[in-house]
Amino acid sequence: MSKPLPRRADLRLIVQLVPPGGRVLDVGCGDGTLLQTLETEKRVDGHGIEIRNHRVEACMRKGLSVIQGDADADLPDFPDRSFDSVILSQALQNMHRPREVLDQLLRIGERAIVSFPNLGHWRARLTLLCRGRMPIVETSDTPRTWYDTPNIHLCTIRDFLLMCETLGITVEEGHAVGRDGSLRRLGKVAAWDTLWTHQAVYVLTRPRRSASGE
Amino acid sequence: MEIDTAGIDFAPIFTLDTKLKLQSQVELAGAKCAYQTYGTLNAERSNAIMICHGLTGDQYVSGTNPLTGRAGWWNHVVGPGLVFDTDRYFVICANVLGGCLGTTGPSTINPDTGQPWNMNFPVFTVADMVDLQVHLIDALGIDQLFAVIGASMGGMMALDWAVRHSERVFAAVPVAASWRHTAQNIAFHEVGRRAIAADANWHDGAYREHGVKPEKGLAAARMVAHITYLSETAFQEKFGRDLPRDSKLSFVLDPEFEVERYLDHQGKTFVRRFDAASYMYLTRAMDYFDLAARHDGDLAAVFRGVGTRFLVVSFTSDWLFPTAEARTVVRALNANAADVSFIEIPADYGHDSFLIESATDFHDVLEGFLDGTARRRGLKP
Repeated sequence: MSKPLPRRADLRLIVQLVPPGGRVLDVGCGDGTLLQTLETEKRVDGHGIEIRNHRVEACMRKGLSVIQGDADADLPDFPDRSFDSVILSQALQNMHRPREVLDQLLRIGERAIVSFPNLGHWRARLTLLCRGRMPIVETSDTPRTWYDTPNIHLCTIRDFLLMCETLGITVEEGHAVGRDGSLRRLGKVAAWDTLWTHQAVYVLTRPRRSASGE
Repeated sequence: MEIDTAGIDFAPIFTLDTKLKLQSQVELAGAKCAYQTYGTLNAERSNAIMICHGLTGDQYVSGTNPLTGRAGWWNHVVGPGLVFDTDRYFVICANVLGGCLGTTGPSTINPDTGQPWNMNFPVFTVADMVDLQVHLIDALGIDQLFAVIGASMGGMMALDWAVRHSERVFAAVPVAASWRHTAQNIAFHEVGRRAIAADANWHDGAYREHGVKPEKGLAAARMVAHITYLSETAFQEKFGRDLPRDSKLSFVLDPEFEVERYLDHQGKTFVRRFDAASYMYLTRAMDYFDLAARHDGDLAAVFRGVGTRFLVVSFTSDWLFPTAEARTVVRALNANAADVSFIEIPADYGHDSFLIESATDFHDVLEGFLDGTARRRGLKP
Protein backbone atom coordinates (compact mmCIF):
# COMPACT_ATOMS: atom_id res chain seq x y z
CA MET A 1 0.00 0.00 0.00
CA SER A 2 2.95 2.36 -0.38
CA LYS A 3 2.08 5.62 -2.09
CA PRO A 4 3.56 5.98 -5.54
CA LEU A 5 6.12 8.78 -5.57
CA PRO A 6 7.33 10.19 -8.86
CA ARG A 7 11.02 9.51 -9.40
CA ARG A 8 11.59 12.57 -11.52
CA ALA A 9 12.80 15.51 -9.44
CA ASP A 10 10.67 18.01 -11.33
CA LEU A 11 7.57 15.96 -10.56
CA ARG A 12 8.37 15.82 -6.84
CA LEU A 13 8.68 19.59 -6.91
CA ILE A 14 5.41 20.00 -8.79
CA VAL A 15 3.62 17.95 -6.12
CA GLN A 16 4.85 20.51 -3.57
CA LEU A 17 3.78 23.43 -5.73
CA VAL A 18 0.17 22.29 -6.27
CA PRO A 19 -2.19 23.64 -3.60
CA PRO A 20 -4.32 20.92 -2.00
CA GLY A 21 -7.91 20.21 -2.88
CA GLY A 22 -8.42 21.97 -6.21
CA ARG A 23 -9.20 20.89 -9.73
CA VAL A 24 -6.05 19.96 -11.60
CA LEU A 25 -5.41 19.29 -15.27
CA ASP A 26 -2.17 17.52 -16.18
CA VAL A 27 -1.47 18.14 -19.86
CA GLY A 28 0.62 15.29 -21.24
CA CYS A 29 0.04 13.24 -18.11
CA GLY A 30 1.94 10.16 -19.30
CA ASP A 31 1.10 7.04 -17.30
CA GLY A 32 -0.61 9.12 -14.62
CA THR A 33 2.03 8.82 -11.89
CA LEU A 34 1.90 12.53 -11.05
CA LEU A 35 -1.91 12.68 -11.12
CA GLN A 36 -2.15 9.67 -8.86
CA THR A 37 0.29 11.20 -6.40
CA LEU A 38 -1.62 14.49 -6.43
CA GLU A 39 -4.89 12.67 -5.81
CA THR A 40 -3.54 10.73 -2.84
CA GLU A 41 -1.29 13.41 -1.30
CA LYS A 42 -3.06 16.64 -2.20
CA ARG A 43 -6.65 15.34 -2.46
CA VAL A 44 -7.07 17.12 -5.77
CA ASP A 45 -9.73 16.39 -8.37
CA GLY A 46 -7.32 15.26 -11.05
CA HIS A 47 -7.79 15.21 -14.82
CA GLY A 48 -5.36 14.47 -17.62
CA ILE A 49 -4.77 14.65 -21.34
CA GLU A 50 -2.40 12.20 -22.99
CA ILE A 51 -1.82 11.54 -26.66
CA ARG A 52 -0.35 8.05 -26.58
CA ASN A 53 -2.84 5.24 -26.36
CA HIS A 54 -0.88 2.83 -24.14
CA ARG A 55 -0.25 5.60 -21.61
CA VAL A 56 -3.93 6.56 -21.56
CA GLU A 57 -4.65 2.91 -20.89
CA ALA A 58 -2.17 2.93 -18.00
CA CYS A 59 -3.98 5.96 -16.54
CA MET A 60 -7.34 4.24 -16.90
CA ARG A 61 -6.04 1.16 -15.11
CA LYS A 62 -5.25 3.51 -12.21
CA GLY A 63 -8.84 4.76 -12.28
CA LEU A 64 -7.85 8.30 -13.30
CA SER A 65 -9.96 10.66 -15.44
CA VAL A 66 -7.91 11.00 -18.58
CA ILE A 67 -8.72 11.95 -22.16
CA GLN A 68 -6.83 10.55 -25.09
CA GLY A 69 -6.18 13.77 -26.92
CA ASP A 70 -3.78 16.33 -28.22
CA ALA A 71 -2.90 19.43 -26.17
CA ASP A 72 -2.28 21.37 -29.36
CA ALA A 73 -5.88 20.76 -30.45
CA ASP A 74 -8.01 20.01 -27.39
CA LEU A 75 -7.24 22.77 -24.87
CA PRO A 76 -9.46 25.38 -26.59
CA ASP A 77 -12.51 23.22 -25.70
CA PHE A 78 -12.26 23.92 -21.97
CA PRO A 79 -14.01 26.92 -20.40
CA ASP A 80 -12.04 29.84 -18.93
CA ARG A 81 -10.66 29.25 -15.43
CA SER A 82 -12.11 25.75 -15.22
CA PHE A 83 -9.09 24.42 -13.30
CA ASP A 84 -7.21 25.69 -10.26
CA SER A 85 -3.92 24.36 -11.56
CA VAL A 86 -2.87 23.27 -15.01
CA ILE A 87 0.38 21.32 -15.26
CA LEU A 88 2.60 20.94 -18.28
CA SER A 89 5.53 18.83 -17.20
CA GLN A 90 8.30 18.12 -19.70
CA ALA A 91 5.91 18.48 -22.60
CA LEU A 92 6.33 22.09 -23.77
CA GLN A 93 9.12 21.00 -26.09
CA ASN A 94 6.81 18.41 -27.70
CA MET A 95 4.13 20.89 -28.65
CA HIS A 96 3.63 21.97 -32.25
CA ARG A 97 2.50 25.41 -31.09
CA PRO A 98 3.99 25.99 -27.63
CA ARG A 99 2.99 29.65 -27.56
CA GLU A 100 -0.70 28.87 -28.14
CA VAL A 101 -0.57 26.02 -25.65
CA LEU A 102 0.92 28.25 -22.94
CA ASP A 103 -1.70 30.88 -23.71
CA GLN A 104 -4.43 28.24 -23.32
CA LEU A 105 -2.97 26.94 -20.05
CA LEU A 106 -3.41 30.36 -18.48
CA ARG A 107 -6.85 30.80 -19.95
CA ILE A 108 -8.26 27.55 -18.52
CA GLY A 109 -6.25 27.53 -15.28
CA GLU A 110 -5.94 29.97 -12.39
CA ARG A 111 -2.28 29.02 -12.41
CA ALA A 112 -0.03 27.02 -14.66
CA ILE A 113 2.95 24.97 -13.54
CA VAL A 114 5.36 24.36 -16.37
CA SER A 115 8.55 22.34 -16.35
CA PHE A 116 10.92 22.12 -19.30
CA PRO A 117 14.54 21.27 -20.12
CA ASN A 118 16.78 24.32 -20.46
CA LEU A 119 18.66 24.38 -23.74
CA GLY A 120 20.73 27.23 -22.31
CA HIS A 121 22.56 24.86 -19.95
CA TRP A 122 26.34 25.18 -20.29
CA ARG A 123 26.69 21.61 -21.57
CA ALA A 124 24.29 22.30 -24.43
CA ARG A 125 26.11 25.50 -25.26
CA LEU A 126 29.45 23.73 -25.16
CA THR A 127 28.26 20.92 -27.43
CA LEU A 128 27.24 23.44 -30.04
CA LEU A 129 30.35 25.60 -29.57
CA CYS A 130 33.04 22.93 -29.46
CA ARG A 131 31.61 19.94 -31.27
CA GLY A 132 29.41 21.83 -33.70
CA ARG A 133 26.62 19.37 -33.00
CA MET A 134 22.99 19.83 -32.04
CA PRO A 135 22.78 19.28 -28.28
CA ILE A 136 20.73 16.30 -27.19
CA VAL A 137 18.56 17.32 -24.27
CA GLU A 138 17.85 14.64 -21.73
CA THR A 139 14.14 14.26 -21.11
CA SER A 140 12.09 11.31 -19.96
CA ASP A 141 12.54 9.91 -23.44
CA THR A 142 15.88 8.33 -24.20
CA PRO A 143 18.27 10.70 -25.97
CA ARG A 144 17.83 10.60 -29.72
CA THR A 145 19.23 12.24 -32.78
CA TRP A 146 18.07 15.71 -33.82
CA TYR A 147 16.03 14.21 -36.68
CA ASP A 148 14.32 11.60 -34.55
CA THR A 149 13.06 13.26 -31.39
CA PRO A 150 9.69 14.35 -30.00
CA ASN A 151 11.49 17.46 -28.68
CA ILE A 152 10.67 19.72 -31.57
CA HIS A 153 10.49 23.04 -29.73
CA LEU A 154 13.35 23.29 -27.28
CA CYS A 155 14.06 26.65 -25.68
CA THR A 156 16.24 28.30 -23.09
CA ILE A 157 15.00 29.81 -19.86
CA ARG A 158 15.40 33.29 -21.32
CA ASP A 159 13.39 32.30 -24.40
CA PHE A 160 10.67 31.01 -22.13
CA LEU A 161 10.54 34.12 -19.95
CA LEU A 162 10.39 36.35 -23.02
CA MET A 163 7.43 34.38 -24.30
CA CYS A 164 5.68 34.75 -20.93
CA GLU A 165 6.25 38.50 -21.11
CA THR A 166 4.75 38.68 -24.60
CA LEU A 167 1.67 36.81 -23.39
CA GLY A 168 1.20 39.03 -20.34
CA ILE A 169 1.98 36.15 -18.01
CA THR A 170 3.26 36.78 -14.48
CA VAL A 171 6.06 34.55 -13.22
CA GLU A 172 5.15 33.77 -9.58
CA GLU A 173 8.14 31.62 -8.82
CA GLY A 174 10.84 29.65 -10.58
CA HIS A 175 12.91 26.67 -9.57
CA ALA A 176 15.97 25.06 -11.05
CA VAL A 177 16.33 21.30 -10.95
CA GLY A 178 19.88 20.02 -11.22
CA ARG A 179 21.07 16.84 -12.90
CA ASP A 180 21.34 15.24 -9.48
CA GLY A 181 17.78 16.27 -8.56
CA SER A 182 18.91 19.17 -6.40
CA LEU A 183 16.57 22.18 -6.19
CA ARG A 184 17.42 25.85 -6.29
CA ARG A 185 15.21 28.91 -6.37
CA LEU A 186 15.50 30.85 -9.62
CA GLY A 187 15.70 34.59 -9.21
CA LYS A 188 15.00 37.31 -11.73
CA VAL A 189 16.22 36.82 -15.26
CA ALA A 190 19.96 36.27 -14.98
CA ALA A 191 22.22 34.82 -17.59
CA TRP A 192 24.14 33.10 -14.85
CA ASP A 193 21.08 31.14 -13.73
CA THR A 194 20.38 29.76 -17.13
CA LEU A 195 23.89 28.34 -17.45
CA TRP A 196 23.56 26.01 -14.51
CA THR A 197 19.92 25.02 -14.76
CA HIS A 198 19.18 21.62 -16.18
CA GLN A 199 15.40 21.71 -15.79
CA ALA A 200 13.26 24.70 -14.94
CA VAL A 201 9.91 24.66 -13.15
CA TYR A 202 7.80 27.82 -13.21
CA VAL A 203 4.56 28.79 -11.51
CA LEU A 204 2.68 31.21 -13.74
CA THR A 205 -0.46 33.32 -13.42
CA ARG A 206 -2.12 35.97 -15.53
CA PRO A 207 -4.26 38.88 -14.40
CA ARG A 208 -7.88 38.14 -15.26
CA ARG A 209 -8.52 41.14 -17.48
CA SER A 210 -5.66 40.42 -19.84
CA ALA A 211 -6.75 36.83 -20.37
CA SER A 212 -6.72 36.10 -24.07
CA GLY A 213 -9.88 37.47 -25.52
CA GLU A 214 -12.64 35.32 -26.95
CA MET B 1 -44.40 -17.98 -37.89
CA GLU B 2 -43.07 -15.86 -35.13
CA ILE B 3 -39.74 -16.39 -33.44
CA ASP B 4 -40.21 -19.45 -31.35
CA THR B 5 -40.47 -18.05 -27.85
CA ALA B 6 -43.11 -20.57 -26.81
CA GLY B 7 -42.30 -22.18 -23.51
CA ILE B 8 -39.67 -19.58 -22.59
CA ASP B 9 -40.23 -17.86 -19.30
CA PHE B 10 -38.94 -14.30 -19.59
CA ALA B 11 -39.49 -13.61 -15.88
CA PRO B 12 -38.89 -11.41 -14.09
CA ILE B 13 -41.16 -8.99 -15.93
CA PHE B 14 -41.96 -5.57 -14.53
CA THR B 15 -45.38 -4.09 -15.41
CA LEU B 16 -45.83 -0.34 -15.32
CA ASP B 17 -49.08 0.58 -13.56
CA THR B 18 -49.21 4.06 -15.08
CA LYS B 19 -49.12 5.04 -18.72
CA LEU B 20 -45.74 5.46 -20.37
CA LYS B 21 -45.78 8.84 -22.06
CA LEU B 22 -43.80 8.60 -25.26
CA GLN B 23 -41.91 11.39 -27.05
CA SER B 24 -44.61 11.25 -29.73
CA GLN B 25 -47.12 12.22 -26.98
CA VAL B 26 -48.78 8.81 -27.33
CA GLU B 27 -49.49 7.22 -23.97
CA LEU B 28 -48.74 3.53 -23.78
CA ALA B 29 -50.78 1.58 -21.21
CA GLY B 30 -49.64 -1.55 -19.41
CA ALA B 31 -46.05 -1.50 -20.63
CA LYS B 32 -44.05 -4.53 -19.56
CA CYS B 33 -40.30 -4.80 -19.26
CA ALA B 34 -38.48 -8.14 -19.08
CA TYR B 35 -35.13 -7.96 -17.33
CA GLN B 36 -32.37 -10.01 -15.78
CA THR B 37 -30.25 -9.23 -12.75
CA TYR B 38 -26.91 -10.62 -11.64
CA GLY B 39 -25.33 -10.18 -8.20
CA THR B 40 -26.90 -8.60 -5.13
CA LEU B 41 -28.11 -5.08 -4.48
CA ASN B 42 -26.24 -3.80 -1.41
CA ALA B 43 -27.96 -2.33 1.67
CA GLU B 44 -27.27 1.25 0.51
CA ARG B 45 -28.63 0.36 -2.96
CA SER B 46 -25.59 2.05 -4.43
CA ASN B 47 -23.95 -0.72 -6.47
CA ALA B 48 -26.41 -1.12 -9.37
CA ILE B 49 -25.09 -1.12 -12.93
CA MET B 50 -27.53 -0.88 -15.83
CA ILE B 51 -26.21 -2.51 -18.99
CA CYS B 52 -28.05 -1.32 -22.10
CA HIS B 53 -28.01 -3.78 -24.97
CA GLY B 54 -27.55 -2.97 -28.65
CA LEU B 55 -30.09 -3.01 -31.49
CA THR B 56 -30.51 -6.78 -31.67
CA GLY B 57 -29.19 -7.64 -28.22
CA ASP B 58 -31.23 -8.79 -25.26
CA GLN B 59 -31.35 -8.96 -21.49
CA TYR B 60 -29.38 -12.21 -21.32
CA VAL B 61 -26.03 -10.54 -20.87
CA SER B 62 -24.54 -13.40 -18.86
CA GLY B 63 -25.25 -17.07 -18.34
CA THR B 64 -27.21 -19.01 -20.96
CA ASN B 65 -29.65 -17.32 -23.32
CA PRO B 66 -32.84 -19.46 -23.18
CA LEU B 67 -33.79 -18.60 -26.77
CA THR B 68 -30.51 -19.45 -28.47
CA GLY B 69 -29.10 -21.86 -25.91
CA ARG B 70 -25.82 -19.98 -26.23
CA ALA B 71 -23.80 -17.94 -23.73
CA GLY B 72 -24.99 -14.39 -22.99
CA TRP B 73 -23.57 -11.68 -25.26
CA TRP B 74 -21.27 -10.29 -22.54
CA ASN B 75 -20.81 -13.54 -20.65
CA HIS B 76 -17.04 -13.04 -20.66
CA VAL B 77 -17.21 -9.74 -18.73
CA VAL B 78 -20.25 -10.14 -16.46
CA GLY B 79 -19.88 -12.56 -13.56
CA PRO B 80 -18.05 -13.19 -10.29
CA GLY B 81 -14.51 -11.79 -10.43
CA LEU B 82 -15.00 -10.47 -13.97
CA VAL B 83 -15.00 -6.85 -15.20
CA PHE B 84 -18.58 -6.38 -14.04
CA ASP B 85 -17.87 -8.29 -10.87
CA THR B 86 -21.21 -9.63 -9.67
CA ASP B 87 -19.69 -10.21 -6.23
CA ARG B 88 -19.38 -6.44 -6.03
CA TYR B 89 -21.98 -4.95 -8.36
CA PHE B 90 -25.67 -5.56 -8.96
CA VAL B 91 -26.00 -5.82 -12.73
CA ILE B 92 -29.33 -5.16 -14.44
CA CYS B 93 -30.02 -5.72 -18.13
CA ALA B 94 -33.49 -5.11 -19.54
CA ASN B 95 -34.99 -5.96 -22.90
CA VAL B 96 -35.66 -2.56 -24.45
CA LEU B 97 -39.06 -1.11 -25.28
CA GLY B 98 -40.04 -2.49 -28.67
CA GLY B 99 -37.88 -5.57 -28.24
CA CYS B 100 -39.12 -9.10 -28.73
CA LEU B 101 -37.95 -11.01 -25.66
CA GLY B 102 -40.66 -10.31 -23.11
CA THR B 103 -40.85 -6.51 -23.19
CA THR B 104 -43.78 -4.66 -24.77
CA GLY B 105 -43.28 -4.25 -28.49
CA PRO B 106 -45.00 -4.77 -31.85
CA SER B 107 -45.14 -8.54 -31.33
CA THR B 108 -46.98 -8.29 -28.00
CA ILE B 109 -50.72 -7.98 -27.51
CA ASN B 110 -52.40 -4.58 -27.61
CA PRO B 111 -54.60 -4.65 -24.48
CA ASP B 112 -57.23 -2.53 -26.21
CA THR B 113 -57.78 -4.94 -29.09
CA GLY B 114 -56.53 -8.26 -27.80
CA GLN B 115 -54.55 -8.52 -31.04
CA PRO B 116 -50.80 -8.15 -31.64
CA TRP B 117 -49.78 -4.53 -32.06
CA ASN B 118 -47.91 -5.15 -35.31
CA MET B 119 -47.64 -1.87 -37.21
CA ASN B 120 -50.13 -0.18 -34.88
CA PHE B 121 -47.46 -0.02 -32.23
CA PRO B 122 -46.53 3.63 -31.66
CA VAL B 123 -43.20 4.84 -33.02
CA PHE B 124 -40.91 5.31 -30.03
CA THR B 125 -37.45 6.76 -29.38
CA VAL B 126 -34.26 5.94 -27.47
CA ALA B 127 -35.49 8.34 -24.77
CA ASP B 128 -38.69 6.28 -24.46
CA MET B 129 -36.63 3.12 -23.97
CA VAL B 130 -34.68 4.88 -21.23
CA ASP B 131 -37.86 6.14 -19.55
CA LEU B 132 -39.19 2.59 -19.28
CA GLN B 133 -35.92 1.64 -17.57
CA VAL B 134 -36.27 4.59 -15.20
CA HIS B 135 -39.60 3.11 -14.08
CA LEU B 136 -37.86 -0.24 -13.70
CA ILE B 137 -35.21 1.09 -11.30
CA ASP B 138 -37.97 2.94 -9.41
CA ALA B 139 -39.66 -0.41 -8.94
CA LEU B 140 -36.37 -1.98 -7.83
CA GLY B 141 -35.99 0.78 -5.23
CA ILE B 142 -32.84 2.26 -6.74
CA ASP B 143 -32.46 6.04 -6.49
CA GLN B 144 -29.18 6.29 -8.32
CA LEU B 145 -27.45 3.82 -10.60
CA PHE B 146 -23.75 3.40 -9.92
CA ALA B 147 -23.21 3.20 -13.67
CA VAL B 148 -25.03 2.95 -16.96
CA ILE B 149 -23.08 1.34 -19.76
CA GLY B 150 -24.00 0.42 -23.28
CA ALA B 151 -22.50 -0.02 -26.72
CA SER B 152 -23.94 1.09 -30.05
CA MET B 153 -27.68 1.69 -29.45
CA GLY B 154 -26.94 0.92 -25.81
CA GLY B 155 -24.38 3.73 -25.87
CA MET B 156 -27.06 6.11 -27.09
CA MET B 157 -29.18 4.99 -24.15
CA ALA B 158 -26.28 5.56 -21.73
CA LEU B 159 -25.90 9.11 -23.07
CA ASP B 160 -29.63 9.76 -22.84
CA TRP B 161 -29.74 8.39 -19.28
CA ALA B 162 -26.93 10.73 -18.25
CA VAL B 163 -28.40 13.80 -19.94
CA ARG B 164 -32.06 13.51 -18.98
CA HIS B 165 -31.68 11.68 -15.66
CA SER B 166 -28.22 12.82 -14.61
CA GLU B 167 -29.01 12.84 -10.88
CA ARG B 168 -29.82 9.15 -11.15
CA VAL B 169 -26.60 8.16 -12.92
CA PHE B 170 -23.29 8.36 -11.05
CA ALA B 171 -21.26 7.26 -14.07
CA ALA B 172 -22.04 6.69 -17.74
CA VAL B 173 -20.05 4.68 -20.27
CA PRO B 174 -21.12 5.11 -23.90
CA VAL B 175 -19.11 2.68 -26.04
CA ALA B 176 -18.88 2.68 -29.87
CA ALA B 177 -21.70 5.20 -29.90
CA SER B 178 -22.55 8.69 -31.04
CA TRP B 179 -24.61 11.66 -29.99
CA ARG B 180 -26.70 11.27 -33.15
CA HIS B 181 -27.37 8.83 -35.94
CA THR B 182 -25.56 10.07 -39.03
CA ALA B 183 -27.00 10.25 -42.55
CA GLN B 184 -24.97 7.17 -43.45
CA ASN B 185 -26.30 5.28 -40.42
CA ILE B 186 -29.88 6.17 -41.37
CA ALA B 187 -29.24 5.18 -44.97
CA PHE B 188 -28.09 1.67 -44.01
CA HIS B 189 -31.12 1.23 -41.77
CA GLU B 190 -33.46 2.29 -44.54
CA VAL B 191 -31.99 -0.37 -46.85
CA GLY B 192 -32.71 -2.94 -44.13
CA ARG B 193 -36.28 -1.79 -43.63
CA ARG B 194 -36.86 -1.71 -47.38
CA ALA B 195 -35.63 -5.30 -47.66
CA ILE B 196 -38.10 -6.43 -45.00
CA ALA B 197 -41.00 -4.52 -46.55
CA ALA B 198 -40.18 -6.00 -49.97
CA ASP B 199 -40.60 -9.54 -48.69
CA ALA B 200 -43.83 -11.12 -50.00
CA ASN B 201 -44.46 -12.43 -46.49
CA TRP B 202 -44.41 -8.96 -44.95
CA HIS B 203 -48.15 -8.31 -45.48
CA ASP B 204 -47.76 -4.69 -44.31
CA GLY B 205 -46.57 -6.01 -40.99
CA ALA B 206 -49.52 -8.34 -40.44
CA TYR B 207 -47.45 -11.47 -41.14
CA ARG B 208 -48.42 -12.96 -37.80
CA GLU B 209 -52.05 -13.17 -38.93
CA HIS B 210 -50.93 -14.90 -42.11
CA GLY B 211 -48.87 -17.43 -40.20
CA VAL B 212 -45.73 -16.48 -42.11
CA LYS B 213 -42.63 -14.42 -41.50
CA PRO B 214 -40.64 -12.10 -43.80
CA GLU B 215 -37.56 -14.23 -43.26
CA LYS B 216 -35.82 -13.41 -46.52
CA GLY B 217 -36.25 -9.69 -46.07
CA LEU B 218 -35.14 -9.76 -42.43
CA ALA B 219 -32.14 -11.93 -43.33
CA ALA B 220 -31.12 -9.49 -46.08
CA ALA B 221 -31.47 -6.59 -43.61
CA ARG B 222 -29.24 -8.44 -41.19
CA MET B 223 -26.67 -9.18 -43.89
CA VAL B 224 -26.36 -5.52 -44.81
CA ALA B 225 -26.19 -4.47 -41.17
CA HIS B 226 -23.62 -7.14 -40.38
CA ILE B 227 -21.28 -5.71 -43.03
CA THR B 228 -21.42 -2.39 -41.20
CA TYR B 229 -20.56 -4.07 -37.89
CA LEU B 230 -17.22 -5.41 -39.15
CA SER B 231 -14.19 -3.68 -40.60
CA GLU B 232 -12.87 -4.26 -44.06
CA THR B 233 -9.75 -5.75 -42.45
CA ALA B 234 -11.87 -8.22 -40.50
CA PHE B 235 -13.63 -9.39 -43.66
CA GLN B 236 -10.42 -9.59 -45.64
CA GLU B 237 -8.52 -11.50 -42.98
CA LYS B 238 -11.38 -13.82 -42.18
CA PHE B 239 -12.48 -14.64 -45.73
CA GLY B 240 -10.38 -12.96 -48.36
CA ARG B 241 -11.58 -14.36 -51.69
CA ASP B 242 -11.76 -17.88 -50.30
CA LEU B 243 -13.95 -20.46 -51.96
CA PRO B 244 -15.09 -23.64 -50.21
CA ARG B 245 -14.05 -27.20 -51.09
CA ASP B 246 -12.29 -27.40 -54.44
CA SER B 247 -11.33 -23.72 -54.57
CA LYS B 248 -12.58 -23.37 -58.13
CA LEU B 249 -15.11 -20.90 -59.48
CA SER B 250 -18.39 -22.66 -60.30
CA PHE B 251 -19.70 -20.07 -62.77
CA VAL B 252 -23.01 -19.73 -60.93
CA LEU B 253 -24.72 -16.76 -59.32
CA ASP B 254 -25.54 -18.59 -56.09
CA PRO B 255 -23.55 -17.76 -52.97
CA GLU B 256 -20.15 -19.19 -53.58
CA PHE B 257 -17.48 -17.19 -51.77
CA GLU B 258 -16.91 -17.96 -48.10
CA VAL B 259 -17.93 -14.40 -47.24
CA GLU B 260 -21.30 -14.92 -48.97
CA ARG B 261 -21.89 -18.16 -47.12
CA TYR B 262 -20.95 -16.47 -43.86
CA LEU B 263 -23.44 -13.64 -44.40
CA ASP B 264 -26.09 -16.15 -45.43
CA HIS B 265 -25.53 -17.98 -42.16
CA GLN B 266 -25.72 -14.70 -40.22
CA GLY B 267 -29.05 -13.89 -41.85
CA LYS B 268 -30.54 -17.34 -41.25
CA THR B 269 -29.61 -17.55 -37.58
CA PHE B 270 -30.83 -14.01 -36.97
CA VAL B 271 -34.40 -14.61 -38.18
CA ARG B 272 -34.74 -17.43 -35.67
CA ARG B 273 -34.18 -15.06 -32.77
CA PHE B 274 -35.49 -11.68 -33.86
CA ASP B 275 -38.83 -10.22 -34.90
CA ALA B 276 -39.05 -8.25 -38.16
CA ALA B 277 -41.42 -5.60 -36.81
CA SER B 278 -39.22 -5.06 -33.75
CA TYR B 279 -36.30 -4.57 -36.13
CA MET B 280 -38.28 -1.95 -38.08
CA TYR B 281 -39.19 0.02 -34.97
CA LEU B 282 -35.84 -0.22 -33.21
CA THR B 283 -33.86 0.91 -36.24
CA ARG B 284 -36.26 3.86 -36.48
CA ALA B 285 -35.65 4.73 -32.83
CA MET B 286 -31.91 4.84 -33.53
CA ASP B 287 -32.48 7.02 -36.63
CA TYR B 288 -34.42 9.50 -34.51
CA PHE B 289 -31.60 9.79 -31.99
CA ASP B 290 -30.06 13.26 -31.91
CA LEU B 291 -28.98 14.39 -28.46
CA ALA B 292 -28.39 17.97 -29.63
CA ALA B 293 -31.83 18.41 -31.20
CA ARG B 294 -33.37 19.69 -27.98
CA HIS B 295 -30.79 22.50 -27.90
CA ASP B 296 -30.90 23.53 -31.57
CA GLY B 297 -27.81 21.49 -32.38
CA ASP B 298 -25.69 22.88 -29.53
CA LEU B 299 -24.29 19.69 -28.04
CA ALA B 300 -22.31 21.48 -25.33
CA ALA B 301 -25.56 22.98 -23.99
CA VAL B 302 -26.98 19.46 -23.67
CA PHE B 303 -24.38 18.54 -21.06
CA ARG B 304 -24.73 21.74 -19.01
CA GLY B 305 -25.10 20.89 -15.35
CA VAL B 306 -24.62 17.16 -15.88
CA GLY B 307 -22.59 15.92 -12.90
CA THR B 308 -22.22 12.35 -14.14
CA ARG B 309 -18.71 10.91 -14.53
CA PHE B 310 -18.14 9.74 -18.10
CA LEU B 311 -16.00 7.23 -19.90
CA VAL B 312 -16.29 7.45 -23.68
CA VAL B 313 -14.80 4.58 -25.69
CA SER B 314 -14.33 4.17 -29.42
CA PHE B 315 -12.53 1.57 -31.53
CA THR B 316 -10.02 2.43 -34.25
CA SER B 317 -11.63 0.23 -36.94
CA ASP B 318 -15.26 1.18 -36.20
CA TRP B 319 -16.51 3.04 -39.28
CA LEU B 320 -20.19 2.88 -38.28
CA PHE B 321 -19.66 4.94 -35.11
CA PRO B 322 -16.20 6.34 -35.80
CA THR B 323 -13.90 7.97 -33.27
CA ALA B 324 -14.69 11.44 -34.63
CA GLU B 325 -18.27 11.06 -33.36
CA ALA B 326 -17.08 10.04 -29.91
CA ARG B 327 -14.64 12.93 -29.86
CA THR B 328 -17.47 15.36 -30.53
CA VAL B 329 -19.16 14.08 -27.38
CA VAL B 330 -15.90 14.45 -25.43
CA ARG B 331 -15.40 18.01 -26.66
CA ALA B 332 -18.94 18.95 -25.64
CA LEU B 333 -18.28 17.48 -22.19
CA ASN B 334 -14.96 19.34 -21.93
CA ALA B 335 -16.78 22.57 -22.77
CA ASN B 336 -18.63 22.02 -19.49
CA ALA B 337 -15.48 20.98 -17.61
CA ALA B 338 -17.23 17.67 -16.98
CA ASP B 339 -15.54 14.62 -15.47
CA VAL B 340 -14.77 12.71 -18.64
CA SER B 341 -12.34 10.06 -19.74
CA PHE B 342 -11.88 9.05 -23.34
CA ILE B 343 -9.92 6.36 -25.09
CA GLU B 344 -9.78 5.04 -28.63
CA ILE B 345 -9.01 1.34 -28.33
CA PRO B 346 -6.85 -0.15 -31.09
CA ALA B 347 -8.98 -2.96 -32.54
CA ASP B 348 -9.24 -4.51 -35.99
CA TYR B 349 -12.68 -6.02 -35.74
CA GLY B 350 -14.81 -2.93 -36.43
CA HIS B 351 -17.94 -1.79 -34.63
CA ASP B 352 -18.48 -5.21 -33.05
CA SER B 353 -15.12 -5.00 -31.25
CA PHE B 354 -17.03 -4.38 -28.02
CA LEU B 355 -18.36 -7.94 -28.20
CA ILE B 356 -15.02 -9.65 -28.72
CA GLU B 357 -13.74 -11.83 -25.89
CA SER B 358 -10.10 -11.14 -26.74
CA ALA B 359 -10.49 -7.33 -26.47
CA THR B 360 -8.55 -7.32 -23.21
CA ASP B 361 -7.38 -3.70 -23.54
CA PHE B 362 -11.02 -2.64 -23.60
CA HIS B 363 -11.84 -4.82 -20.61
CA ASP B 364 -8.87 -3.48 -18.61
CA VAL B 365 -10.00 0.08 -19.30
CA LEU B 366 -13.55 -0.70 -18.17
CA GLU B 367 -12.30 -2.41 -15.03
CA GLY B 368 -10.01 0.51 -14.14
CA PHE B 369 -12.78 3.02 -14.71
CA LEU B 370 -15.30 1.08 -12.62
CA ASP B 371 -12.72 0.67 -9.86
CA GLY B 372 -11.83 4.38 -9.82
CA THR B 373 -15.52 5.27 -9.90
CA ALA B 374 -16.23 2.89 -7.03
CA ARG B 375 -13.56 4.64 -4.94
CA ARG B 376 -15.19 8.01 -5.66
CA ARG B 377 -18.61 6.61 -4.85
CA GLY B 378 -17.31 5.02 -1.65
CA LEU B 379 -18.18 1.46 -2.68
CA LYS B 380 -16.35 -1.19 -0.72
CA PRO B 381 -13.87 -3.27 -2.75
